[in-house]
Amino acid sequence: MTPSAPASQSAEQLLYARWLEWGTRLGLVALVALFALYASGGLTPQVPLDQLPKLWNQPVAEYLRATGAPSGWSWLQRLHQGDVANLLGIAIMAGCSVPCLLALIPLALRRGDRLLAALCLAEAAVVVLAASGLIGGAH
Amino acid sequence: MRQAARCQALGAALSLLFLLLMLHSLPAAAQASAASLPPDTGMPWWFWPLALFCTCFLMGIVAVPAGIGGGTLFVPIVGGFFPFHLDFVRGAGLLVALASALAAAPMLLRGGLGSLRLALPLAVLASTSSIFGALLGLALPVSLVQTALGVIVLGIVALMLVAKKSEFPVVQQPDALGTALAMHGVFIDGATGKRVDWQVHRTPLGLVIFLGIGVLAGMFGIGAGWANVPALNLLMGAPLKVAAGTSGLVLSLVDSAAAWVYINKGAVLPMIAVPSVVGMMLGAKIGARLLNVLKASVVRKLVIGVLLFAGARALLKGLGLWM
Repeated sequence: MTPSAPASQSAEQLLYARWLEWGTRLGLVALVALFALYASGGLTPQVPLDQLPKLWNQPVAEYLRATGAPSGWSWLQRLHQGDVANLLGIAIMAGCSVPCLLALIPLALRRGDRLLAALCLAEAAVVVLAASGLIGGAH
Repeated sequence: MRQAARCQALGAALSLLFLLLMLHSLPAAAQASAASLPPDTGMPWWFWPLALFCTCFLMGIVAVPAGIGGGTLFVPIVGGFFPFHLDFVRGAGLLVALASALAAAPMLLRGGLGSLRLALPLAVLASTSSIFGALLGLALPVSLVQTALGVIVLGIVALMLVAKKSEFPVVQQPDALGTALAMHGVFIDGATGKRVDWQVHRTPLGLVIFLGIGVLAGMFGIGAGWANVPALNLLMGAPLKVAAGTSGLVLSLVDSAAAWVYINKGAVLPMIAVPSVVGMMLGAKIGARLLNVLKASVVRKLVIGVLLFAGARALLKGLGLWM
């Protein structure tokens, strides 16, 4: 530990922080706004609200069988339904790290930091792979 | 050396847990699974989301002074005392941990308390293993997951009671892999105003431990800060504040990968997930402000007591002894 001196962070770290902040804000706003529409009845849900207590105690496979709720990416076709629309905010939050990581790659390459670029690409690939549903697939 | 031994013991405990999981995969578990469905309580639909919001708000308040992630409290408490199936509780738990980690990460990165260089290699491995953990968690009988959750939560309680912390561990010589991955950095310690240069060691073992942590995070939907921080601090030698900050950054990436598995499998119910996320985040803001007012040691004891109860309940529920 040495006496106080400026400790500015790398350009990559600061860029990542800025993008992540905006991604998280966007996700949270979407999450709250869409939930307000769903819970207030502004967007009719696919599963009626008063049916939920009979269903949310079931395993997910039973729930999907009983309701025909979407799995995988099929929810994108049903965004007009209140409960399904909420998945948009959730997806933004779960996916907002990917553009942040990809944004670092050109910056890292310009500085000759191939290792950082490779790590960003690898992490983004893992999240995209998880999102794709290729491993394990949808129910 | 004793710190490294403690972390190796943690690794051994994780391996043992996996062994137990495999041994527990018996037909009886499947029968108990069907019998252990939470009942329909007969309450109006809005009661439970409202109760969930209030509970998460309280959890958010106490999580900050107790020094534990809200996600770690969420799954055992909501899984034990609310009528939701554990599949949906784990999906919501991952989102709670993810939202909290995402909200904190930018500030930690700017202050140098979260290090991208330290987090990324660990996160690549932990994210990959968290996908398999999530798939495994959704495939196993619920009673088995419930039992393992109880064991893990009781393990977390033990870790909270006995784990030592080292504010500035001494790293004489960084290892070759840590150096190659540029796992070093600098931050200004807010308490002393001094500049702290740090580096890490035992990187290969750290990477292996994070593989196991990823599986647990995905399988149980609990944030893994309770495991990340000791691994980064005691094993790899990162300063405590850097370990805590980087743990949040790792969580934001690991939980993203695992959350997608739950989304794809249809195991994220907005009526459970959104009140939880919003309640926890609002509570955490209040908790951070009350940090100087609340007596942290008392709150920590209270949280340990609640976790002990929730862990015991999960274990007994999983074994079919407490319905």
